[in-house]
Amino acid sequence: MTLFGDPATWLPLTFAALMGLSILIYVVLDGFDLGVGVLFPFAEDTEKDRMIASIGPFWDANETWLVLAIGILLVAFPTAHGTILTALYLPVAVMLIGLILRGVAFEFRVKAPVQQKGRWNMAFLVGSLMTSLSQGFMLGLYIMGLDVTLFTLGFAAITAVFLTVAYSFIGATWLILKTDGSLQQKAVVWARGGIWGLVLGMGAVSVASPLVSERIWGKWFSIPEIFLLAPLPLMSALLISLLAYALRHLPTRNDSWAWFPFVATIVLFVLGFFGMAYSFYPYVVPEQLTIYEAASAPESLFIILIGVCFVLPMILGYTALAYTIFRGKATTLSYD
Amino acid sequence: MDALLLSRIQFGANISFHILFPTITIALGWVLLFFKLRFNATGDQKWMEAYRLWVKVFALSFAMGVVSGITMSFQFGTNWPGFMETVGNIAGPLLAYEVLTAFFLEAVFLGIMLFGFSKVPGWLHTLATFLVAFGTTMSAFWIIVLNSWMHTPAGFEMREGVAHATDWMAIVFNPSMPYRLVHMLLASGLTVAFLIAGLSAFAWLIGHRTAGTRATLRTGLVMGAVLIPIQILAGDMHGLNTLEHQPQKVAAMEGNWETGGNVPLLLFALPDEEARQNRFEIGIPNGASLILKHHADGVVPGLNDFVAEDGTVLHPPVAPVFWSFRIMVGTGMAMLALSWAGVMLMTFRKITVNGTRRRAGIDGLPMPLLYALVPMAFSGWVATLAGWYTTEIGRQPWLVQGVLSTEQAVAAVPAPFVGLSLAAYLAIYAVLLVAYVSALFYLVRKAAKGEGVTPAAPLAAHAPLPAE
Ligand code: HDD
Ligand code: HEM
Ligand code: HEM
Repeated sequence: MTLFGDPATWLPLTFAALMGLSILIYVVLDGFDLGVGVLFPFAEDTEKDRMIASIGPFWDANETWLVLAIGILLVAFPTAHGTILTALYLPVAVMLIGLILRGVAFEFRVKAPVQQKGRWNMAFLVGSLMTSLSQGFMLGLYIMGLDVTLFTLGFAAITAVFLTVAYSFIGATWLILKTDGSLQQKAVVWARGGIWGLVLGMGAVSVASPLVSERIWGKWFSIPEIFLLAPLPLMSALLISLLAYALRHLPTRNDSWAWFPFVATIVLFVLGFFGMAYSFYPYVVPEQLTIYEAASAPESLFIILIGVCFVLPMILGYTALAYTIFRGKATTLSYD
Repeated sequence: MDALLLSRIQFGANISFHILFPTITIALGWVLLFFKLRFNATGDQKWMEAYRLWVKVFALSFAMGVVSGITMSFQFGTNWPGFMETVGNIAGPLLAYEVLTAFFLEAVFLGIMLFGFSKVPGWLHTLATFLVAFGTTMSAFWIIVLNSWMHTPAGFEMREGVAHATDWMAIVFNPSMPYRLVHMLLASGLTVAFLIAGLSAFAWLIGHRTAGTRATLRTGLVMGAVLIPIQILAGDMHGLNTLEHQPQKVAAMEGNWETGGNVPLLLFALPDEEARQNRFEIGIPNGASLILKHHADGVVPGLNDFVAEDGTVLHPPVAPVFWSFRIMVGTGMAMLALSWAGVMLMTFRKITVNGTRRRAGIDGLPMPLLYALVPMAFSGWVATLAGWYTTEIGRQPWLVQGVLSTEQAVAAVPAPFVGLSLAAYLAIYAVLLVAYVSALFYLVRKAAKGEGVTPAAPLAAHAPLPAE
């Protein structure tokens, strides 16, 4: 265990990285299928089936990344886990109820009697909204160091809206990739509308975090960091302009470039995520608890790490297999 | 009500709701694999008909299991932070292995199993079905390991109030794990057996008398008849194991106050904790001594041994443990009676078709039996919940036996918050339970009307998509 130096240093770091990775994968993957749910009211009834068909085979596995992320928080940083989740008690409850509603709506909308389909469509929308909004709300409170004041609540309400917009944006880009015809055209229009929300949201978070924390300010706005970090906002700006350009010209006649908005949005999410991760490192509870203070006993982390080394590549492998099997435009979702 | 009590009710409500669906998916995955393999081997359409209906039930149950499971994994942090802070070094790796080795496996291959039928080669679809079944069983394994460890902790040492693992083999194979795992897997098998038998009997009664209905009704009855004696045996051994490790729980299950021999097996009693005695006892003389010690004057522990000098009660609440144990065993007996009656009638009754005498099979089942099977569709749920209540309430006041009390683990969340979330969960669970049960019957009715059983004609790519 001393192979790489002191395990009390590198194990917490490794687990923080793993947790970050699964949160990132979660936000991208469940982000697009939550987004599809949020876009539900803008679609015709027949298009709704198509939208569901585009995420049907994936949503369950997508949500499992949340279970993994929360699991790592739970197992690797038990004290932080308690602090964060008890502070976020109510938004977590709202999110869980949202996840329940949308998860079961997938099944019930086609298995319950047809007359009830409208009701389950509604449950799907409401569930997706509750989930996205509460996740954004939690993100806001987390950035504000889990303090509850009128100001932080207001900020959290704003991030709630922006994260929801960001999810519906990536959802729209997913639909551009996975559908064609009139639905695809609609998705392009939705994405054009959503991109401004995305810009505002990323902007708000980037401006607010250094303002509320002197430490974060210092990490970004000192020399030489400011030069080393400059590519991050510059690349984001470039990607956003490319996206805006692409959305003006999509869909193309032979459907080329339909993949571009989705991929570009993923890169954008990744950039934003690295910015946040850089700001908050080494804290797991902002300004209160570092990953080193919160970590579990090295023996236990080591046991998990062995499992992770073997299993994570397999998980990534068969996830890739599933996306390959269901590649191409979404058609009928059928058990036959 | 205080946050502790509310948190306990909330945890109990959430896990009770959750376990309903794993109990179905764990065994139903294997049954689907069985249908699929029978179809591959015989090419008989009745197995495909069975697969088509039950894969829908599986998908629905699975979704309910997943979403309620996600709630479970957050509960530890939101309501029981003391649990992870004290025993996180042991519980953590077990939960992590569950996510890594089970949840991803089942979630990813579920997509392929449900929607990949025409997209992947037949062998890959069968493999996906196998992996989903395997995944649900793995997840049962890991969570039962953790739960058994909470009942019979082993392989750890306490340092500064925190449990540290010393021997992972001892933790995983803790003394009650094999019994609990076997008993739970059999419970799942029985739940599915009676669900299948019950819904097939319903299909039969509404006139859907196809080869597929016959096949599933038979599968359910035979499966139940085979599993229930094993379950009774396993339950008995489980009880003996508990006697060794948690005697106070067995004392509560038997409703026995004083340690001594010739203890009767109580069929009915109203345990009164104030007076520390039972009222209205009806029992079989020496029964409990015989079952637990295998001779009539065997000494059975009594509850009064678990009261401290200062009067602190160290045994679990008696009435709920006593009664839930009886509900479980009673349901088990009803399962035994029905499934054996069914199988006997199917085997030994003869009918004459076209002049030749042959075994009656399903046609030998009398109406009252078929009618009785329909409500028994959910008997597995009743027994499973009753069993878990026996086990879990029987562990109180401990959360981890002898290590951590439930009271020490609760979060400092304001009681109104817990009350609010609890009310929301209860409301949504009530709605979903009704929706789930009616959807099951609706699926059977729909199959009976002939919809959804004929292979769907390939739809044009842009036609409206019924997403099933
Ligand atoms: C004996 C079986 C059993 C028991 C006692 C539990 N579970 Fe469970 N759980 C399963 C058997 C299962 C399963 C069969 O594997 C499920 C049901 C449907 C499914 O997708 O997997 C599942 C799903 C499931 C999921 C969703 C997995 C996914 O995303 O695919 C989570 C997060 C949990 N469970 C967590 C828990 C926790 C924290 C429990 C205890 C406190 C718990 N379960 C008790
Ligand atoms: C799946 C079937 C299960 C059922 C139906 C069940 C039911 C219950 C019930 C009714 C209680 C409340 C006892 C009381 O407070 O009087 C309880 C307590 C508890 N159980 Fe279980 N349980 C199950 C499985 C598990 C598993 C697998 C775990 C953990 C790995 C677990 C962990 C706990 C915890 C942490 C408590 C303490 C909270 C409380 O007292 O309510 N349970 N359970
Ligand atoms: C009829 C004879 C049966 C006997 C003698 C029996 C015995 C037991 C005992 C002693 C326990 C408590 C374990 C503990 O101390 O922690 C238990 C728990 C349990 N029982 Fe049974 N049981 C029987 C039938 C059933 C049936 C028919 C089912 C379900 C279909 C079932 C499901 C359960 C479950 C889910 C638990 C909790 C999990 C566990 O501890 O394994 N039992 N049973």
